[in-house]
Amino acid sequence: MENKVNSACETCPQFNAKGLKKLGVHTDNIDYVVALAGNPNTGKSTVFNALTGLRQHTGNWPGKTVVRAEGAFEYNDSKFKLVDLPGTYSLLSTSQDEEVARDFILFGKPNVTVIVVDASRLERNLNLVLQILEITDKAVLCLNLMDEAKRNNIKIDERTLSRDLGIPVVPTSARFNEGIPDLIQTISEVASGKIICKPHRIKNVPKKIEDAVEKLSTEIKKQFPTIPNSRWIAFRLLEGDNRIIKALKTGEFA
Amino acid sequence: MNKDEIENLITLSSDLRWKIGDDFHDSLAEGIYADASEISNASVSKDNEKKKFRLDAKIDRIVTSKTWGFPIMFLVLALILWITIIGANYPSAMLADVLLDIVHPFLKGLAAGIGMPWWLDGFLIDGVYLAVAWVIAVMLPPMAIFFPLFTLLEDFGYLPRVAFNMDYLFKKSGAHGKQALTMSMGFGCNAAGVVATRIIDSPRERLIAIITNNFSLCNGRWPTQILIATIFIGAVVPSSLSTVASMSAVIGIAILGIFFMFLTSWALTKTVLKGEVSTFNLELPPYRPPRVLKTIYTSLIDRTLIVLWRAIVFAAPAGAVIWLISNIYIGNESIAAWTIDSLDSFGFLLGLNGVILLAYIVAIPANEIVIPTILMLTVLVTGVTGGEGAGVMFELDSVNATGDLLRSGGWTLLTAVNLMLFSLLHNPCSTTIYTIYKETNSLKWTTVATLLPVIMGFVVTFLVAQIWRLF
Repeated sequence: MENKVNSACETCPQFNAKGLKKLGVHTDNIDYVVALAGNPNTGKSTVFNALTGLRQHTGNWPGKTVVRAEGAFEYNDSKFKLVDLPGTYSLLSTSQDEEVARDFILFGKPNVTVIVVDASRLERNLNLVLQILEITDKAVLCLNLMDEAKRNNIKIDERTLSRDLGIPVVPTSARFNEGIPDLIQTISEVASGKIICKPHRIKNVPKKIEDAVEKLSTEIKKQFPTIPNSRWIAFRLLEGDNRIIKALKTGEFA
Repeated sequence: MNKDEIENLITLSSDLRWKIGDDFHDSLAEGIYADASEISNASVSKDNEKKKFRLDAKIDRIVTSKTWGFPIMFLVLALILWITIIGANYPSAMLADVLLDIVHPFLKGLAAGIGMPWWLDGFLIDGVYLAVAWVIAVMLPPMAIFFPLFTLLEDFGYLPRVAFNMDYLFKKSGAHGKQALTMSMGFGCNAAGVVATRIIDSPRERLIAIITNNFSLCNGRWPTQILIATIFIGAVVPSSLSTVASMSAVIGIAILGIFFMFLTSWALTKTVLKGEVSTFNLELPPYRPPRVLKTIYTSLIDRTLIVLWRAIVFAAPAGAVIWLISNIYIGNESIAAWTIDSLDSFGFLLGLNGVILLAYIVAIPANEIVIPTILMLTVLVTGVTGGEGAGVMFELDSVNATGDLLRSGGWTLLTAVNLMLFSLLHNPCSTTIYTIYKETNSLKWTTVATLLPVIMGFVVTFLVAQIWRLF
């Protein structure tokens, strides 16, 4: 399938039209798994369609995507499987769509998690972003709906944001295919380890909680030295999350 | 790692949980919000003009207002139905001309030419082909108009406003406000609506949403409603008002469905599914100008063609089944005639007839084929045929001809009204039933969700028929 872009983009070294192949639903023999997470109404499904060439129906209310949709694309000889997760506002409660999203990021161990946010409502969207960054250390922030942000006179300093979050930030307007080549390039660089993320960890927690988390997290690291999210597991244990307790017992984290 | 260490870990976490107290969840949430606010303050700047979101807010104030919210909802639905009813006539007639008047005789001639045995010719061309042709001629045009319009409305962002308007009513009936969203999905497809109930966290409220989703008129039933309303309701008023009358009848049925949804939800919460109502936040997403051409294209591909394909896939074997039951005889009567006879007296009680009840049995796999099945069976019983054999469809060139045929099958205004009611209140299609089973994992609740609406349909049509006949 032909990839449509503005002609100006094609002259840029970032853009590599020949390297990109949209593979639709053909998800066999893949090299990297990419999860697509984000709040409802941020255009996640549109980003998914732009990357895979699929035409999943998009709509802007929560519940449009409650199951995982999968698709694939190939970029510079690496095959990427893209998993579109249900849109959620948080990962801290127990409805089934939130569990699908959380379990995939936690147990599916995607190579990269792309977090799609609405640029015109960044602060509200960061709630989910910060939670995801506790779970995974390989993430890309897709600052979508830039067209709407511009219309509402909102300016975002992407560099500061990227520095504060510790992950790459890519502005896009997926509806108009803007920024998608850049997003693909960034995904591939995070997947291959060319970009190393140093994700933000939640700071503003009271001292006594921080101490408890620290203590628990140290113990968890002793048992599972390789996992990146001991702190988040500590959070969940303190919350008494049965799913996580069960996962510890069955060794799903190992 | 070993088991003991893990147990120790879990014990340690319980001890710590005691120590930090029960405000942990809130402190964590506050911490996240504080971080989010610091980060966004550092990188986001807004032009100090306060005009952002003003247009959105203005529109929202009108479409979600207490006074105008509901009237606007009904007007929008009315407008869509009006365009559909008016617009579908001409292409329907054209398609019928081609598929039934030109292609069908041609196929018959071809079959005769190659000496095809009569039963194979009847089975394939009069059974399977005619059923498929009818579905395409009568259902394609309204779908090709209705779905793109409905999808445009969706993409514009109107459905969350519908949910917002209805939230209060759902809460009143003891159900979850998010049910308004799954209800809206159900207006497309009940199976999709049932899957969408996963957004509801409380199992109790989710079950209510699943059981009552069938009261949303789905893709497969809108065409039935529109057609029957056009033929029968439109005919009782002066022709200048007929479109308005049939449109109002369809809207009336849709609203009645919503009413039954509230009633059933309320009854369930008062009896078998008692419990507290949970609250939630509904974000009204910004309005997005839909990309019209792209939306029309995807809704034609994703919805119209898929529904049409489903109708054809099920209509073809149904056509075959109808032809078979009409041509296999037990004693002096065909299976179809025998079944219709035995269902007729029960049908009469409901203000329906044996044909309609048999059609609803044949059409369990797909609501889309109810009308074609009724027509084929009516032809069989009344003997009004285009000179063809049993179980064969006739030449149906217009909506009027359909009406004449049904009237000759003994239909009255009561039959039409009750058919519209029964189309709203009957068991979900087999795909939806299967989906309900997959989502609930419970035979009991699947049975309830399947039988409850049929029983309600029987009761409502029975009452309407008895009261109607009093006057």
